[in-house]
Amino acid sequence: MIQFDDVRLVDVSRHFGRRRAVSHVSLDLHAGDILGLLGPNGAGKSTLIGMLATLVAPTSGSVVYGGRQGRSLGAELRGSIGLLAHELYLYPELTARQNLEFFASLYGLDVATVVPSALATAGLSDRADDEVSGFSRGMRQRLALERALLHQPKLVLMDEPFTGLDDAATELVRARLQTLSRAGAIVVLATHDLDLADGLVTRVAIVRSGKLVTDETASAGLRSRYRAMVGH
Amino acid sequence: MTPGFLKVALLVLRKDLAIEARSREIVYTTLFFAVACVMIFSFAFVKEEGVPVDNAAAGILWIAVAFSGTLALGRTFERERYSETLRALLLAPAARPAVYAGKLLGMILMMAATEVILTPMVAFFFHAPFFARPLLLVALLGLGTIGFAAVGTLFAAMLVRTRTRDVLLPILLYPVTIPVIIAGVRGTAALLQSPPEEPVATLWIGLLTAFDVVFITLALWTFEPLMTE
Amino acid sequence: MKKIFVPLAIVTGAMFVAAPIMIGMADYESTMLLVQKIFYFHFATWMAMTLAIAVCGVASLVYLFKASKVAEWYATSAAELVVVFSLFGLFSGSLWGRKAWGVWWQWDARVTMATMLCLIFLGYLIVRKYGGPGSEKLAAAMGIFGAATSPFVYKSVDWWRTIHPQTTVMRTLGDKWPGAWRLVIFCTFAFLFLTVLLLFARVHLEALRSKLDDMYLAAED
Repeated sequence: MIQFDDVRLVDVSRHFGRRRAVSHVSLDLHAGDILGLLGPNGAGKSTLIGMLATLVAPTSGSVVYGGRQGRSLGAELRGSIGLLAHELYLYPELTARQNLEFFASLYGLDVATVVPSALATAGLSDRADDEVSGFSRGMRQRLALERALLHQPKLVLMDEPFTGLDDAATELVRARLQTLSRAGAIVVLATHDLDLADGLVTRVAIVRSGKLVTDETASAGLRSRYRAMVGH
Repeated sequence: MTPGFLKVALLVLRKDLAIEARSREIVYTTLFFAVACVMIFSFAFVKEEGVPVDNAAAGILWIAVAFSGTLALGRTFERERYSETLRALLLAPAARPAVYAGKLLGMILMMAATEVILTPMVAFFFHAPFFARPLLLVALLGLGTIGFAAVGTLFAAMLVRTRTRDVLLPILLYPVTIPVIIAGVRGTAALLQSPPEEPVATLWIGLLTAFDVVFITLALWTFEPLMTE
Repeated sequence: MKKIFVPLAIVTGAMFVAAPIMIGMADYESTMLLVQKIFYFHFATWMAMTLAIAVCGVASLVYLFKASKVAEWYATSAAELVVVFSLFGLFSGSLWGRKAWGVWWQWDARVTMATMLCLIFLGYLIVRKYGGPGSEKLAAAMGIFGAATSPFVYKSVDWWRTIHPQTTVMRTLGDKWPGAWRLVIFCTFAFLFLTVLLLFARVHLEALRSKLDDMYLAAED
């Protein structure tokens, strides 16, 4: 694992042929931040998350982790990054326990201690040996969240993590993210659900058509300000 | 401590075997498809008198292996596409080529399982003395399978997010693996002669070995840049 | 356009004007007479194709590891040239075969090999066109693997045809005799220059396309 207390996007751009996905975005993130990455569909949120996760290379600009270029850091960097996206990254044919054990081993964690506590936090200890394909959406989401956080990453990336969750589950996720940020993690939350973001995020970055429209600390009246910036 | 290259590859392999063990879906469907191939080719290559065209057995075996292998490749990576778990694998702090290596091992085992059933079957239907020189035959099949799987696993992985992946995989894979098919078929055919032409088979085994070394190296080297956008 | 383009074009043009004259004046080969003269262009086109394969392979490698736009232009242009020259080779070979052996197609070692290579680089072009976003990388993989497999294709097809000889014996294309040696070299160089010329022209087209994309992107900013 590589330690860092800040992550910077330095003038990153990413285009696919003629289509510009991200255009000259610069962001500074610090430990304890919960950044709400807001914007309409196709604005470039997922591409930005992909760049932070080292899955997408910028066509220009760079991503800097604690003063070190992402490009020069190797596989070790990924041990400090956790990503949860809409697709959940779970094997439906395996049980909850098998999924966690596999990823725990892959990350070099102590399976015997880490997996049971993750199952407990997800509230799935009694369903641990059932196949994930039989889980409800909410159960899968809780399991996916724990899988993403197994290795206690410093940079936590969430791409639309609230879809399909009921109120109770949503509250759990919110509480979890807040605990993480208090512990010093950097949380980036991409969503277009403004109500959920409101009150949870400490900073707001709004993107539209790949460009950063605003980057500021969160304050009240998020929804109306967003509508004013983005226009609907 | 993040696990080393071999450990990661074996973890991925074990995970794939665990998934396959639950339903055995890919193994069964691949096998049945291969059998269906052999049946269809029989009608094409067995003459009216019931005697197969010379050396048809060697060709039919390798075509069935190639076609069913392509299917298995597609199905295996479809699993990783379903919940985008391939992304999760790429996100792990493991060396990304190790993920390729694990997938490759799984693919080789899958194809080997098919060949274990297919070869005696083809020998049976075509009265082909495949097992006159069993070691050479195993070497041919083994090295050919490794070569085909090495290129196939890389191509199937890189096509995972492409819309037209099902049709593109054969278009890209078959021309590149033509040396494997030629070597496999001609080597196997040499073993079917009476007496079996051992030096010829050995020559082809040499070509396959060189092919495997070159292409596994290439694949390990190009896997990471290909899988990142 | 590179500065060397015009002088090179003039030289190549002159060579291609001179070549038919020189070929016409060359001695007849004893068994195949006039038809054999296809060989001078036929052999040259294989050399051109080989050059294009090498360029495509190397350029694809550079593109994959250095994300160099220019390398990608060279790779895709070279792939098109491989297809063009191999098709010309197959066409001229077919004509030769028809006259020399009486059949349009023979599973001659080199003809087969050229067909396979043509297929490989057609695959390159297909995946680049239909592979969706990021298809340049997929095509680069095909370029690298295609170029890497070429020697194996060459060897395996060669062995296939020579270890198990068929009923008709193929004339090897390598037959040369002293007087014609210089003419072969001349035609080969003409084709190689043509390859380079076409490569530059095609790369220039890609460069313009890329500039257009950049202008679109800049306009959005």
